[in-house]
Amino acid sequence: MTVLLEIKNLWKDFGGFVATRDVSFDLEEGERHAIIGPNGAGKTTFFNLITGHMAPSKGTVKFRGRDITGMPPHKVVKLGLARSFQRINIFPRMTLFENVQVALMSREGQSTNMFKLCFDLHVEETYELLETVHLREAAHETAGELAYGKQKQLELAIALAEKPDVLLLDEPTAGMSPSETNEAIRLIDRITKERGLTLLFTEHDMGVVFGISDRISVLHHGEIIARGLPDEVRNDPDVRRIYLGEAADDAA
Amino acid sequence: MTAPLTAFGKVACLVILLALLALPVIGSDYLIDIGTEMLIFALFALSLNLIIGYSGNVSFGHAAYFAIGGYVNAILLTTYGWPLLPAFVTGVLAATLTAAVVAYFCTRLTDIYFAMLTLAFSMLVWAIAFKWRSVTHGDDGFVGVTVPALLDDRMRFYYFTVIIVVASIAVLWVITHSAFGRSLVAVRENLGRAGFIGIHTRRMRWQAFVVAGFFAGVAGALFGMLIKGMYVESAFWTQSAQVLIMTLLGGIYSFFGPIIGAAVLFMLERLTNEYTEYWPTVLGVILLVILLFLPDGLVGLGKRLTAKAKGKDKTEGAT
Repeated sequence: MTVLLEIKNLWKDFGGFVATRDVSFDLEEGERHAIIGPNGAGKTTFFNLITGHMAPSKGTVKFRGRDITGMPPHKVVKLGLARSFQRINIFPRMTLFENVQVALMSREGQSTNMFKLCFDLHVEETYELLETVHLREAAHETAGELAYGKQKQLELAIALAEKPDVLLLDEPTAGMSPSETNEAIRLIDRITKERGLTLLFTEHDMGVVFGISDRISVLHHGEIIARGLPDEVRNDPDVRRIYLGEAADDAA
Repeated sequence: MTAPLTAFGKVACLVILLALLALPVIGSDYLIDIGTEMLIFALFALSLNLIIGYSGNVSFGHAAYFAIGGYVNAILLTTYGWPLLPAFVTGVLAATLTAAVVAYFCTRLTDIYFAMLTLAFSMLVWAIAFKWRSVTHGDDGFVGVTVPALLDDRMRFYYFTVIIVVASIAVLWVITHSAFGRSLVAVRENLGRAGFIGIHTRRMRWQAFVVAGFFAGVAGALFGMLIKGMYVESAFWTQSAQVLIMTLLGGIYSFFGPIIGAAVLFMLERLTNEYTEYWPTVLGVILLVILLFLPDGLVGLGKRLTAKAKGKDKTEGAT
């Protein structure tokens, strides 16, 4: 197995508060890896360190053997690493079609071309991507006026438009109802299988991840406290204590 | 914004173009002068909208590039006796190059910091025009611009302006509807996300600023020849504010909005001045109305009204 993403001894502290503590991590080609952890465990920070949204305090991030530590996001994505965001992150006053099309134009290096009219660019592929996430009918609606769940689907289409090798999804089901969550997970499952994508995603709800992950890492207070096959993680005493213990606290 | 011009848009463009060509035949000298100046300001406002509407940054210093285009062209024509073409081109290039340098610094910033830095640079340009008396004649104004004989005629200069402005608008239309134009809107809508679909956002914003500087320079060069003079007021922040209000009035989320805004504001100013001396007061009220009731300008208002009318048609059809 080839290691696509190789993270060594990553640290991030915000003026004394350590959000990422000595995290080392390998993502293998073709695997689907979930990072779980309660809210505030440092999942989003970890993603931001990988994709160049934040520079780590210490440690290195390598993608296909190439050091990408602190590389700006627009370069990271060109290497084949696309991501979605936990909070809705789309282009609200553009149509769904345009949302996906700008990503395709960027992939083809056309974003700075001032004399190539955009009307006929990547029309077929844009519709296909919207079809993939079941949004073809809404193609010419304004993205910002869409229902929340659909905006999440649009995020996925934008990420796919980059033709990534690795897809990083930051809590793809955050804020969704149970039925929306199930649908979203099925969608992600299907897309990653069809396209042979390597998937790294975060999730705070443990129940969601077992179905579609090959391996799971558990992040707690910025540290990885357990990793392995879904069953191993499920039965890990530390993991059970964090999750069940906290659930018990919530209930009390 | 998905399709090229609608049928209505095409007809409207054609009608306006014909009206522009026919104006000198039917109109008085006064109308021709007004028409020329209106066209120049339409281009000026349109160039600014590339920064405001398309890249999502407010510039408080767009007059700088207008003034540089105007001064350089005027000085080269008059003091150095250059022919029109090289003088005009040099004026526009000077504006463009200045914009390229200023944009290099401004695009490091966003929001209010961006706006303040554009203002600071424009005040620098104003100070140079004001203090460099030997070249610009300072606040006496650079009067008596030598306009080439070919254009030293009201009607011919009008047609010259029509050609330059219409061609510039066409180029700007292509730019705003290009891959670049659409990606720029994405940058405006969500800077962070645009970066993460691989768009080099800072370079995009720089590019938009430079193009805007180029066309502001064109407008300025035309303006200096129209009024046969350049004055430091053209570089002052109030000039930047005026063109900003024109752009807002027309509507920043529409390609043609700034043209409409420029025309309407210009006519209002002329009309008001015939009755009272309180144009700044009227301008203040206009600004208030835009900010409170017309967030997307006259074009936005028009769109909302037509949408409403269409909605009514539908419900009536249903019953």
